[in-house]
Amino acid sequence: MSRHLDIDVAIVGGGLVGSSAALALRNMGFSVALLDKGFCGAQASGVNYGGVRRQGRPREQLPLSQRAHAVWPRLKELIGIDGEFLRSGHLKLARSEDDMAVLEAYAAEVADQGLGLELIGHNGLRERFPWIDGSILGASLCAGDGHANPRLVSAGFASAARRAGVHVLENTPVTGIARNGEGFALEAGEGVSLKARIVINSAGAWADRFAADFGEPVPLSRIYPSMIVTEPLPSVMTVNIGMEGGGIYARQVERGNCVVGGERGLPLEDPDFSRPRGEGALAIMNRTAEVFPALRHAQAIRFWSGTEASMPDRNPVIGFSGTTPGLIHAFGFTGAGFQIAPGVGEVLAELARDGRTSTPIEAFSIARFSQPSGPAGQDRISHGSDARSQSEPQSRGAHS
Amino acid sequence: MSARPQPLIVGAGPAGIRAAEAFVAAGLRPLVVDEAPACGGQIYRQRLVQDGRSTKDLYGSEAGKAERLHAAFAALDGRVDYWPQALLWNLRDGMADVAVTGTTRRVAYDGLVLATGATDRVLPILGWTLPGVFTLGGSQIALKAQGCAIGSRVVFAGSGPLLYLVAWQYMKAGVEVAAVLDTAPASVKLNLFKALPLDAGIVLRGMRFAAELRLRGVAIRTGIEGLRIEGEGRVSGIAWREGGRKRRLACDGVGYGLALRSETQLADLAGCAFRFNERDRAWLPIRDAAGRASVPGVYLAGDGAGIAGADAAERAGERAALALLEDRGVAFDKERAMALEAELARIGRLRDVLEAAFPFPAHWAAAIDDATTLCRCEEITAGAVREAANRFDIGEINRLKAVSRVGMGRCQGRMCAAASAEVLAAATGKPIDAVGRLRAQAPVKPIPLALQLAADLPEVAE
Ligand SMILES: Cc1cc2nc3c(=O)[nH]c(=O)nc-3n(C[C@H](O)[C@H](O)[C@H](O)COP(=O)(O)OP(=O)(O)OC[C@H]3O[C@@H](n4cnc5c(N)ncnc54)[C@H](O)[C@@H]3O)c2cc1C
Ligand SMILES: Cc1cc2nc3c(=O)[nH]c(=O)nc-3n(C[C@H](O)[C@H](O)[C@H](O)COP(=O)(O)OP(=O)(O)OC[C@H]3O[C@@H](n4cnc5c(N)ncnc54)[C@H](O)[C@@H]3O)c2cc1C
Repeated sequence: MSRHLDIDVAIVGGGLVGSSAALALRNMGFSVALLDKGFCGAQASGVNYGGVRRQGRPREQLPLSQRAHAVWPRLKELIGIDGEFLRSGHLKLARSEDDMAVLEAYAAEVADQGLGLELIGHNGLRERFPWIDGSILGASLCAGDGHANPRLVSAGFASAARRAGVHVLENTPVTGIARNGEGFALEAGEGVSLKARIVINSAGAWADRFAADFGEPVPLSRIYPSMIVTEPLPSVMTVNIGMEGGGIYARQVERGNCVVGGERGLPLEDPDFSRPRGEGALAIMNRTAEVFPALRHAQAIRFWSGTEASMPDRNPVIGFSGTTPGLIHAFGFTGAGFQIAPGVGEVLAELARDGRTSTPIEAFSIARFSQPSGPAGQDRISHGSDARSQSEPQSRGAHS
Repeated sequence: MSARPQPLIVGAGPAGIRAAEAFVAAGLRPLVVDEAPACGGQIYRQRLVQDGRSTKDLYGSEAGKAERLHAAFAALDGRVDYWPQALLWNLRDGMADVAVTGTTRRVAYDGLVLATGATDRVLPILGWTLPGVFTLGGSQIALKAQGCAIGSRVVFAGSGPLLYLVAWQYMKAGVEVAAVLDTAPASVKLNLFKALPLDAGIVLRGMRFAAELRLRGVAIRTGIEGLRIEGEGRVSGIAWREGGRKRRLACDGVGYGLALRSETQLADLAGCAFRFNERDRAWLPIRDAAGRASVPGVYLAGDGAGIAGADAAERAGERAALALLEDRGVAFDKERAMALEAELARIGRLRDVLEAAFPFPAHWAAAIDDATTLCRCEEITAGAVREAANRFDIGEINRLKAVSRVGMGRCQGRMCAAASAEVLAAATGKPIDAVGRLRAQAPVKPIPLALQLAADLPEVAE
């Protein structure tokens, strides 16, 4: 079946980044095609843990994260469903004095960013969150953060985009993009060709290929965060839980299931798919039983994992290509792109329309990888306990 | 401890037992794991406590086979490792995770025989979640393993050979059977005559069940439609349509089922390729005539790889074990292997005929009332599934799961996936194979969070 589209913007990748950009662009009046090699929202955006969290992000992400923060409570009017978004608060736990010191330092560092962080000592924690094990020393609460259902939100943005008139082409892998006169020529799926003025590369863990095609290789690697979920339980966890230094992150959904993450899975033979490791899942389960005594006798009913792009400095690539006019990159969210994606979508739409955006994104320029890495590149890398990257980072910049 | 890991057999039913026997005969020492407390699988399941019933009481015409099979496994004592009450919950690349006696063990295996059997297949009907409604297999297990009936006045409804068998077993056990409601029209039973030359014994036995039920005054109704179970808080009756007329019957127990579905999760976790099977209306792991899966070292036997019954399971288990021996270069009886394959082919033809005589009422899926619970773990109705499919423009079962939670609960779709696929196919006007199959995830059944990894690795045999 051959099909040709002549449009303003072609978006490669129907994750939450691509589909929120598609909706924003369509609402500005552009003609848009959203292409996904599988189903929109079936990769990282649809299978993630569901943490909607600003707390713990590198400082340079916070303006963008704040922008997204304003979108989340408007989901119902934007896409027709609330996506089970719950402003429950995000509580980051400290197991030791050192962890607590990191939380305190972070609170001081971002004090001017409007997160409203509240540091809680041991007694306060026992009083307000008695369902957390007494061995936990203290915590930092971000009351405005929360969680949502990624399966609904990501599919919801794509179907809202479709209803708004975006050409949503699923099961249509983009196989080639070439500069063509003023714009781009794209080849996709079986016999689909497009002409577009602007291309957005939001292909998630697969985006490096397109960047490299335009002479911009990036040090993107893949990670496979691993989740377990319990059977539905009576309400226990009233906030979204994170942990300084990694270990576990946990939330309880409306239906009663507790979703817990904290380890990494392994890719399958087809590396687009992955699976939790048995030992990893067991480790998450055991840790959960320790930190939440009420869950000690609960049953785990399912594990899963997803494929996500990771960048060495834990910041994404967002912005115009350095080599190719009309090409915009947005990928590499390093385990923490769910919360921020609706803000990224708005920013991408502004870039496409105006060539610039009101939100600071300089730190995310792809150019940082094309320069020889000097000290300037280095200082974005270390944030508190980021170095402990194997046990999933509730430390700055990833997950929850 | 030998360096070489053992072959691992999952399932101590007819297929698993015969596979174990063949390994032992060739000098191997397999590890057999089974969730059940005793060997026998579904059909030759043993009672939980000795209760005075004889083997004949329990297994009827199949008592001889049951005794032989139990004895065969007992005779392997000391030459196999056998873990009963052991759930194999995860599988990958030569390693299995097995929960046994409150801990979990990591087991390295060399060669894997999956003999995981089947469970009942259902299409939900109004009232099917009321207390007092059981699947046909569940009704039989209650009788066989626990020695209790699901009610005092029971109706059996649905399709498949188990329908008449279980009704007859209940009648024999002294329970009042109010009726047998067969979804298939009487005319299709004529297909059974085609099965006579393939296996007269089975066909005649089935006919005898029906005849004896009639003789004892049990009403047998065929071609029934619009089945619904009535009751407030528990079953009080069952209603249906028959030749355009509405009928209803009071009862306090219902056994309902539409034949069986293969338990394929472990094959999926093992990485086996699947293909859609028209006859079973299911995605089944691909295997060759000997039982080799698409993944080297993985072998499939019994109902878990396609519904074929207990006699086929015994033969397929043995054949699969011989295939493993052959692949390892161990001497094996080639003639025996050929004979087993010929037998399996004959039984396969018999299944085709039986399937035609007990057809699956696929057309029911479109008529399932919106208010009917489809996924009972997650409490999702057929209407909610249709709504979700429509809202998100979905025509694929994993996507449907993602947006509707169907198949996301404790049973991981074992009970509802087949029905969900039927409902989705009907709602989108697609053929059933086009909606795909649910990808399996570990753990295949729920396991406790506090499950501790056993420190000691099990002894590996010489
Ligand atoms: C298990 C897990 C847990 C996580 N938990 C959280 C969390 O709690 N909070 C949080 O903020 N973040 C979390 N994340 C990270 C977050 O999910 C991701 O950062 C975010 O979803 C990335 O969105 P995306 O649109 O860039 O990528 P994706 O959702 O992966 O979308 C990229 C899309 O591009 C498509 N594509 C690829 N190649 C092509 C091609 N050639 N042609 C067409 N399409 C193509 C893919 O099919 C895919 O759908 C988690 C991630 C995972 C995997
Ligand atoms: C409830 C029920 C009742 C039946 N009754 C009859 C009948 O009366 N007559 C008849 O002809 N046929 C009957 N059948 C069909 C019959 O089960 C099969 O034809 C026959 O038992 C198939 O043998 P098998 O070895 O393939 O599987 P099964 O006998 O089903 O044995 C499979 C074994 O694998 C074990 N197992 C599965 N997964 C795991 C796991 N993850 N971890 C550990 N152990 C596992 C199970 O506990 C089970 O013991 C029945 C089927 C069911 C489901």
